[in-house]
Amino acid sequence: MREWADFSVQEAGGHTTIVLEGPLLVSTIGLLDRKLRMFDEPVQHIDLSQAEEIDTIGAWTIWRFADEHKARIVGASQQAETLLQAVKDSASDAPVEPERLPTIPRVLEDTGQKVVDFGHGVLNFMSFLGAVIVAFGSVMRHPKRFRYRALIRQFDLVGISALGIIGLMSFLIGIVIAQQGAAQLRQFGAEIYTINLTGRLSMRELGVLMTAIMVAGRSGSAFAAQLGTMKLTEEIDAMRTIGVSPLEALVVPRILANVLMMPLLGFYSAVLAMIGGAFISDLTLGIPFWTFMSRIQEVVPIYDVWVGLIKAPVFGLIVALSGCYQGMQVKGNSEEVGLRTTQAVVQAIFMVIVLDAFFAVFFTEIGWG
Amino acid sequence: MIGDDEEDLEHEALLEDVMEDARDDVVAAFDGKYPIEIKGLKNSFGEQVIHENLDLNVRRGEILGVVGGSGTGKSVLMRSIIGLQIPDAGEIRVFGQNTIGALPDEESAVRARWGVLFQGGALFSTLTVAENVEVPLKQFFPEIEADLRHEIARYKVVMSGLPEEAAAKYPSELSGGMRKRAGLARALALDPELLFLDEPTAGLDPIGASAFDVLTRELTDTLGLTVFLITHDLDTLYAICDRVAVLADKKVIAVDTIPNLLKLDHPWIQEYFNGPRSRAAQTSMELHGAGKSVDKPAGGKA
Repeated sequence: MREWADFSVQEAGGHTTIVLEGPLLVSTIGLLDRKLRMFDEPVQHIDLSQAEEIDTIGAWTIWRFADEHKARIVGASQQAETLLQAVKDSASDAPVEPERLPTIPRVLEDTGQKVVDFGHGVLNFMSFLGAVIVAFGSVMRHPKRFRYRALIRQFDLVGISALGIIGLMSFLIGIVIAQQGAAQLRQFGAEIYTINLTGRLSMRELGVLMTAIMVAGRSGSAFAAQLGTMKLTEEIDAMRTIGVSPLEALVVPRILANVLMMPLLGFYSAVLAMIGGAFISDLTLGIPFWTFMSRIQEVVPIYDVWVGLIKAPVFGLIVALSGCYQGMQVKGNSEEVGLRTTQAVVQAIFMVIVLDAFFAVFFTEIGWG
Repeated sequence: MIGDDEEDLEHEALLEDVMEDARDDVVAAFDGKYPIEIKGLKNSFGEQVIHENLDLNVRRGEILGVVGGSGTGKSVLMRSIIGLQIPDAGEIRVFGQNTIGALPDEESAVRARWGVLFQGGALFSTLTVAENVEVPLKQFFPEIEADLRHEIARYKVVMSGLPEEAAAKYPSELSGGMRKRAGLARALALDPELLFLDEPTAGLDPIGASAFDVLTRELTDTLGLTVFLITHDLDTLYAICDRVAVLADKKVIAVDTIPNLLKLDHPWIQEYFNGPRSRAAQTSMELHGAGKSVDKPAGGKA
C-alpha cells in the first residue's frame, strides 16, 4: 500500500487555508496533484507546517497551485523554502513538443514537401552519380591511391559469404520451376520442355534477378547502414579533414565489388537453379540427371548466357549505388539510419525490376529472344 | 460548497483512479549509512584485468569524486554499480540490494531511486528533450498526470541550465554541452536519492561548468542526494566533492578529503594533486570560497 499526500481545507477569519499533509515527493504526489487541479475555490493561505519531506516535484506542485490562486505559502521549512525558490526560478511555459499545424494544412504541407524532396532526391542522386564517376576517374589516374585491401574485403563480404544463401535459394527455385512447369506442360504431353523452361528462365531472368534481390537485401542494406552510422559518428567528416575522399575510400570499392561480383553470383545462381531442376526431374519426372544437363546444352542458346551476364553488372551497380547514396544522406539521428537502409533496399529492388523489364524488351527486339 | 459525503466520494473515486495507474513496487527512501557498498570487485576484459579486489563505500549525502588516470576503469566501475557490466567476482550493493546479475530490466525498486548521466548525454534521439525527461516519470510514476509531467519536464529543463525553448527540440538540434545538460535534466527527473555523473563538466565552458557545480552542490544539500561523480575537472573536485576516491593499481587506493589525500605519498596522487593545474584550481577555490551558492545558506536534511 502506498502513501499519498493529501490536504484539508480550513476556514478561519474569512481566510481559506489549505493544509497539506504527508510527504510531498514524486512517489506520493499523484493524488494530491489531481485534487488540487480540480480545486477551484478561492484560497488565501497554503500551510506546509504539517507536510513531511519535500522534493522539487512536491515544491513545484505547491508553487504552481499557489501561483494559480494567488495564495501565500506559510509554515514552510527552510528546505521547502529553498526548493520553492528553485522551482520558481525555473518556471517556464515553453511548449514541450515542436509545433504542429492542423490536419489539413499539415497534409498539404507534407504533400508539397514530399514532391520537393523527390525532386531534390533525383537531383542529389544525379550529383552523387557524378561525384562517383569523378572519384572513379581520379582513382584511375592515381591507381596507387586505390584501396585494394578494401576492395578484396568487399569481394569477400558481397561475394564469397553470399555463396551459401544464394546457392540454396537458387537450387530451391530451380526445383519449383521444374516442378510447376512440368505440371502444366504435362497437360500437353510436352514434359520434355521442362528442360527448356528451367534452363532458359534461370539463365536469362531468374538467376540474375533473384541474386540482385538477395544482394540488395544483404549488401545494399549493409552499405547504407555502415555509411549512415559512420556519418553519425563523424567518421566520414574525420576522413575528409585528413584529406581522404570518402567516395574514393568507401564508395568506389563497394560499387566495384558489387559490379564485379554480380555476374559471377548471377551465373552461379543460374547453374544452381538448373541443378535444382535436374535434381527434381530425376526424382519425379523420370528424366535422368545427366540427360537433363546435356539437353540444357542443346536447348539454351548461348545468347541467353550473354543476356544474364550483361544485366548482372548493371543490377550490381544499381544496388551498390542506392545503398551508398542512402547511407551518405543520413544526418541527425539513429532513426534516420533505419529509414535510409529501408529506402536503399526498396529503391534498389524496384529499380532492378524496372530495368529488367526494359532489358527484356530490348533483347527481344535485337533478336535475342 | 460541496457536502462532506460528496467530497469523500470524490476522493475515493480519485484515489481509485490513481491506484489503478500507479505501480505497486515503489519503496521508501533508503536510510542506511552506505547507499553503495562494493567488496572485492573484479572486472576484466579478456586477459586485461581492470579491477581486482576493489572495495569502496559511498556515504549517504556525500558527493564522492572518483579520479584516476585514463584507462583505470572509472566508467567501468560506474557501469558495474548500475548493473550494465557484470563483474567477474565481488559484491555490489546499492541501497542494500545486490545488483549483480539480479536486476531484470523492468525492476524499479532500485532504478526509480537513481539517476544516471552518461558521458555523451545518451539522450533518446527520436524524442524531444522534454519527452526525454518525461520517460522516467512515465515509467515509474504513471499515476502522475500529463499536465504535471509536462510542467516537471519544463522546470527540470530550465533548472539544468538550458534555455526554455530547448524543451521542444530534438537532441540532434542541440550542441554537445546542451545535450549534457539535457541528460542531467533526465537524470534528475525523479529527484533521485543517488546520482551518477560521468564526467559532467567535460566539454562545458567554464561558466557552464561552475554553474553545474553549484547546481549539483545545491541539490545535494537540499535534497540530501548522494552523488557518485567521475571527473577530471580539478575545479569540480576542489569546489564540491566531500571526499575523493583515487583509482589506481586496479583498486581504490584511497578515499578521503583532498587535504588528507595530499598527506599520502603515493606517486600518482602527489603528481595529480600537486601538478600546476591542481595548484591553480586550489588557489581559485581559496579565493572564491567553495562552489556553494552565495545567496542561499546550505540547508540539508541528511
